[in-house]
Amino acid sequence: MSHEQKTPSTVAPVISAAGLARNFGHTRAVRGVSFDVAEGEVFGFLGPNGAGKTTTISMLCTLLAPSAGEATVAGYDIVGRRVEVRRSIGLVFQDPTLDEYLSAIQNLRFHAYAYGMPRRIRDERIHELMTLMELWDRRDASVREYSGGMKRRLEIARGLLHHPRILFLDEPTLGLDPQTRHRIWEYVLDLRQREALTIFLTTHYMDEAENCGRVAIIDEGEIVALDRPEVLKDSLGGDVVTLRVEDSEAAAAELLASHGLSADLAGDAVSFSVPQAEEFVPELIRSFPSKILAVAIRRPTLDDVFLSLTGRSIRGESPDNNQQLRRFVNTPGMRAQTR
Amino acid sequence: MRDSLRGIWVIAYRELLRFFRERSRLASALGMPIIFLIVFSEGLKRQIGVLAMGVDFVKFMYPGIIAMAVFINAVFSGLSVVWDREIGFLKEVLVSPLSRSGVVLGKAVGASAIGLIQALVMLALAPAFDVSLSLKIVLELIPIVIVLSLAMAGFGLLIGSRMRSQQGFQVLVQMVVFPLTFLAGVFFPVNNVPRWMEIVSKLNPLTYGVDAIRRIVLAGEVPRGTLASSHPIIGVTMFGHTTTTIEDVAVVGLLGAALLVAAIFSFNRQV
Repeated sequence: MSHEQKTPSTVAPVISAAGLARNFGHTRAVRGVSFDVAEGEVFGFLGPNGAGKTTTISMLCTLLAPSAGEATVAGYDIVGRRVEVRRSIGLVFQDPTLDEYLSAIQNLRFHAYAYGMPRRIRDERIHELMTLMELWDRRDASVREYSGGMKRRLEIARGLLHHPRILFLDEPTLGLDPQTRHRIWEYVLDLRQREALTIFLTTHYMDEAENCGRVAIIDEGEIVALDRPEVLKDSLGGDVVTLRVEDSEAAAAELLASHGLSADLAGDAVSFSVPQAEEFVPELIRSFPSKILAVAIRRPTLDDVFLSLTGRSIRGESPDNNQQLRRFVNTPGMRAQTR
Repeated sequence: MRDSLRGIWVIAYRELLRFFRERSRLASALGMPIIFLIVFSEGLKRQIGVLAMGVDFVKFMYPGIIAMAVFINAVFSGLSVVWDREIGFLKEVLVSPLSRSGVVLGKAVGASAIGLIQALVMLALAPAFDVSLSLKIVLELIPIVIVLSLAMAGFGLLIGSRMRSQQGFQVLVQMVVFPLTFLAGVFFPVNNVPRWMEIVSKLNPLTYGVDAIRRIVLAGEVPRGTLASSHPIIGVTMFGHTTTTIEDVAVVGLLGAALLVAAIFSFNRQV
């Protein structure tokens, strides 16, 4: 696995972090992360809960002072030039941050006042974004009456109101149903086109990370891999084959001995990566000494990348039999929904 | 600087917006003091009647309750910070370019505006308590209500900047603010009470706020000789000196300035 970082070299990075770290008492939440994000990029931080994603985003957004290291956002130092950083960014938090007692449009107006937007631009912009997010018809309703998806859309509209150069999205679709998540992504990618935005997001959903130009995989406060999603997946060396067998340890030993494949064990299943699995598997079945109960072949996901780097799955700490079985029935795109 | 000033009005604007949008809050802010006034005056009128120097008890209590409503409202501006933190809205404010000091002052200014509305609504009831009003009284009352509100908002915001839960804030308010309120001369004069109570009352800054409001509202009601007596029912007597309105306001104002500065520092350290 390549740990080196690919920095698009043609333009100056719009976000640049070097050795950024944050401790909470004796807990080292972020242990020195370094990366650059280019203008217009969709850059994702992928990792399990508690990996340090929100802590990193909080530092970049000036809500938390770093314990060590430095970073610039839109060219401004995140410690020395906080106000300039705040003016350049829009932020959608993981937890809701709307005032539910105000109406949707009052929430947006408050934001416009807070950022000192001139009246004429303000009203136009509110209309534009609320229309785009399909909220204009419900603009005077109390946010209390909004559904989860509408609140998220309103927060995205609010984050973009003051024409930020960079939009930070912290787990933007957490807790939303699959259709809503899909819609939110359509909006976000559409906005990115229109506004020439740079997007920095954190997520623990694999499919969401697939939307990113580049993904940094973060675990226990450190970046363990950083590249385009396809490159990360290709680095695993082909397709993921999972076999359900009677004796998984014997099967793993056999795979290693006869085919030179190292397999991961989980309950009665063994998984391994192999190029051109469609051709390999029939051959394997013919020559395999013990009984194979079921076979699943799929393209690797970012979860497999995470698994191969850390020995753990992003979703659960140790996949039990049940979760392993689910792998047989789920297509990669659906997996995050079965949590 | 511009972000600071904008912060004050943006935050104050939201406080007012919420005050008028939440009907229950509006009702309790205006209704509670009025209920207090009616129940106490009707209930105690016959039991107590007239205080020393011929001042009617109900007349005495009426400005006290205005003052009480004003400072309880102001202390609760601290609760709105805790509330904003709980609902997450505080993050939206903190990540904006608004300065932290502007946010604190904006909350205090918002509370003052609400306190002023409360005070004026209650002042409109003056004829019911046989207190004669004049434009002079109203104009003098406005700055004093503002100073008192800012000071007590400073106290509330100092606590609010440290508190993570609304319950915690409420408990502290009940333990500190309610006892201080009862010992601030709202319901009885502080110059003629048992020694220990007199000492606590005169150390209590709220006493001076209550007194300032009372002196203005009752300007036309209290006979001149009252202040010269050994136990005047208005004014706070200390070491033989009875405070003037200006002195009352100075005590509250200086303390308030210190509390607001402390609240700003405390709030700044949160991030």
